Amino acid sequence: MIILKKGQAGTMQSSDLMVIVEPASELTIEIESTVKKQFEHLIRARLEQVLAKFGVVSGRISVSDRGALDYAIEARLEAALQRAGGA
Amino acid sequence: MALNSVGRDIPETFAGKKLIPYSDPWSLQPHAERSTRAIRRITHNGSKLVGGLRDAIIASGLKDGMTISTHHSLRNGDQLLNDLVREIDALGIRDIKIASSSVHIVHAELIPFIRKGVISGFECGVNGLIGELVSKGELDCPIIVRSHGGRARALITGEVPVDVAFLAAPYCDEYGNFNGYYGPSACGSLGYAQVDAQHAHKVVAVTDNLVPFPAVPVGIPQSVVDFVCQVPRLGDPKKIVSSTTKITTDPIGLQIAKYAALVMESSGYIKDGFSFQTGTGGISLAVAENVRAIMRAGKIKGAFGCGGITGNFVDMLEEGLFEALFDVQCFDLKAVESIGRNQKHVEMTAGTYANPFNCGSVVNRLDCAILSATEIDVNFNVNVNTESTGYLLHNTGGHCDVAAGAKVSIVVCPSIRGRLPMIRDEVTTITTPGETVGVIVTERGIAVNDNLPELKAELIRRRAPVKDIRQLRDEIYAVTGVPRPIEFEDKVVGLIEYRDGSIIDVVRQVCP
Repeated sequence: MIILKKGQAGTMQSSDLMVIVEPASELTIEIESTVKKQFEHLIRARLEQVLAKFGVVSGRISVSDRGALDYAIEARLEAALQRAGGA
Repeated sequence: MALNSVGRDIPETFAGKKLIPYSDPWSLQPHAERSTRAIRRITHNGSKLVGGLRDAIIASGLKDGMTISTHHSLRNGDQLLNDLVREIDALGIRDIKIASSSVHIVHAELIPFIRKGVISGFECGVNGLIGELVSKGELDCPIIVRSHGGRARALITGEVPVDVAFLAAPYCDEYGNFNGYYGPSACGSLGYAQVDAQHAHKVVAVTDNLVPFPAVPVGIPQSVVDFVCQVPRLGDPKKIVSSTTKITTDPIGLQIAKYAALVMESSGYIKDGFSFQTGTGGISLAVAENVRAIMRAGKIKGAFGCGGITGNFVDMLEEGLFEALFDVQCFDLKAVESIGRNQKHVEMTAGTYANPFNCGSVVNRLDCAILSATEIDVNFNVNVNTESTGYLLHNTGGHCDVAAGAKVSIVVCPSIRGRLPMIRDEVTTITTPGETVGVIVTERGIAVNDNLPELKAELIRRRAPVKDIRQLRDEIYAVTGVPRPIEFEDKVVGLIEYRDGSIIDVVRQVCP
């Protein structure tokens, strides 16, 4: 899918995350997290997995994480993508 | 460097002090006389009032390089330590060590004075930003974290000689008698200050409530007080209560509380003569509610409640569920109000409470105790000092004292906090050694230490969710993923002293 406009999902509450996706020429992922030192690698891996599943090859993905578990990361990114996408 | 018995590298010295690596909770014996101080003779019978804080500092003879102390009974409402350091700075005095009973978040105001060289070290643990900045290497100021019992020990043996104690005295007369029960800054028990009053070389009672002689009941007597001084305000007692002193409504917390009560019931100790300590955390208070219900239902008369005392414990005393409360510090205003009124709500010194080097402290008489944790490892070691970031953010309190004393010490902890697994291969910092920890209770299950086989069997018989601690760790890791370890520099910025004075762990600077 293609990111056509800005899409956002999530909250800044503990154990949740805020995901913002925006159109861009290249694919970039920015992660800010309360557990960045411990879990950045796993957060990134899960984001990349979801992006691959939806065939996203370009866009700016910014994540502000408050210690969310994988299922929440997956759900929030998916929701943001659906709000941003045309198809 | 030497490895201590829990596998931590302990340097030979720190801040000029030779270190003893921790070996076990029991065998280190004191080789000291009780510390001495010069006997003073005050012959006048008038007033010991010297004016304000600055006058008292001058009168006390405080000089560069000395050590001062305050008590933390006003907790995050304390104003005295900040005011004191500001005055010390104004007088041009430098290189002062702080040996207060604790330092709270409110004392982040001290940071500029650390940078300026007014304060050059902490002979006590700290809560909040000071520890964080020291961990990051942004503040150069050695910190030696001590438990409540350990601090009492260090003052009594003279290991930490306090040159001047500035003791907040909420109800005080001009000849130096005071208590903490009444007045606008009433904080209740002065359990920590009692130790300073007996051992500091000079004792200043600082009050915002001077009352006609005599200030009774006498908590700390005129015979140990050198000077009295007045300040407009000692602090705000409303801030004694932290946000964590409310019963939890979180379903995970309630589940943990239910399991913890089941552990206590299964231990067989909830019977006449029962003794109990719990903290202020939302889960601990929920456990206390459950215990209360069990005691009521069984018409059980307990011996004593202990520790930082909350209104919840006061209710249990007044309901007749306990014979007495031993109170080293009041955790809320209901407890403050009670200690001035209830004869069986007893003020207890930090030494009597938890000092390992005496003829038996009150923690030794505890049946069950509820403790918290920021991390637990598979050997039952508990961390309450650093967070998973590696930053030193919390003081020990009575954690390792109570764990060592109680017959069953129960650590309550959610299995996950903001993705961080709370049971892990290794804790960032060891505060309390696993061999003094009995049971770990999480919402996912209960792990019982091998040193309590009968309790384990009874819990299994009652169909409690008993799990091996490694199994619990694996279940949690399956949800959170395995965290990457925090990276540390070699530089040691703080010590975690065990209650007997040996070094159980160090705090190293965190890599940026």
